[in-house]
Amino acid sequence: MKIDTQKESSFYIIAIDGDLDASSSIVLDTAIMEAIGRDEKAILFDCNALSYISSAGLGVFMSYLNEFEQQQIYSALYSLNPKVKNVFEILGLDQLIQIYADKQEAISRFNAAEL
Amino acid sequence: MQQSYKTYCQRNNLKHIRAFVEKTLANTTLSDIEINQIVLAVDEICANLIIHSQKGNPKAEMEIIIECLPEEIIFQIIDFDASFFDFSAYKEPTITGIKKEGRKGGMGLLLVNSIMDEVEVVHRHNTNTWYLTKKIGLATT
Repeated sequence: MKIDTQKESSFYIIAIDGDLDASSSIVLDTAIMEAIGRDEKAILFDCNALSYISSAGLGVFMSYLNEFEQQQIYSALYSLNPKVKNVFEILGLDQLIQIYADKQEAISRFNAAEL
Repeated sequence: MQQSYKTYCQRNNLKHIRAFVEKTLANTTLSDIEINQIVLAVDEICANLIIHSQKGNPKAEMEIIIECLPEEIIFQIIDFDASFFDFSAYKEPTITGIKKEGRKGGMGLLLVNSIMDEVEVVHRHNTNTWYLTKKIGLATT
């Protein structure tokens, strides 16, 4: 699994490539910690190349939800393939985590919330 | 049809276990999403064995046996030289509680119980065998 990060305007984008499981979730955890450490206020997760996710990966996202809320950090996932999106849906996590079809929609929702 | 795969309890082997399960289920009529769910359930049990039961001992072994029957698929995940795991004492956490506590863990068995129709653990001769059963239609082609 590989993580790439880049800054685009107000957005800090974390792109996840490969399988996010018990052997690799620590890499995503570190990337999110670094984003929070940089005081980023809008973190987007590009899941276009995310091929698989297990509970270890879900757990990383879940563990930061409170911190994101407390620090008023906008976070959203986008471009999930149907299999990965389904894993979020099994336990209803898609109701707690913002998931959008593509980057444009994730950015639009952020901009709408800012107005 | 019965297929088996034996490997060491190492996190890096999870991808090989997933590939074995996916390949075994490929000649069924299950959809990609159904196959992914089943792969996930097996992956979750194997990850638990590696992390919690064998505590990262790279020399410990596990075996996965898959039996595809017309109306169900039965998975046996065998954890050798393992302590008794009292599955009846397991209390499912809630998603609300996991979020509130900011926990990273706790969702693995929730997923397994959501995906599979039957989950059972049998302890015999220092071995835990997890039996996961998924009811299906006419799965084998």
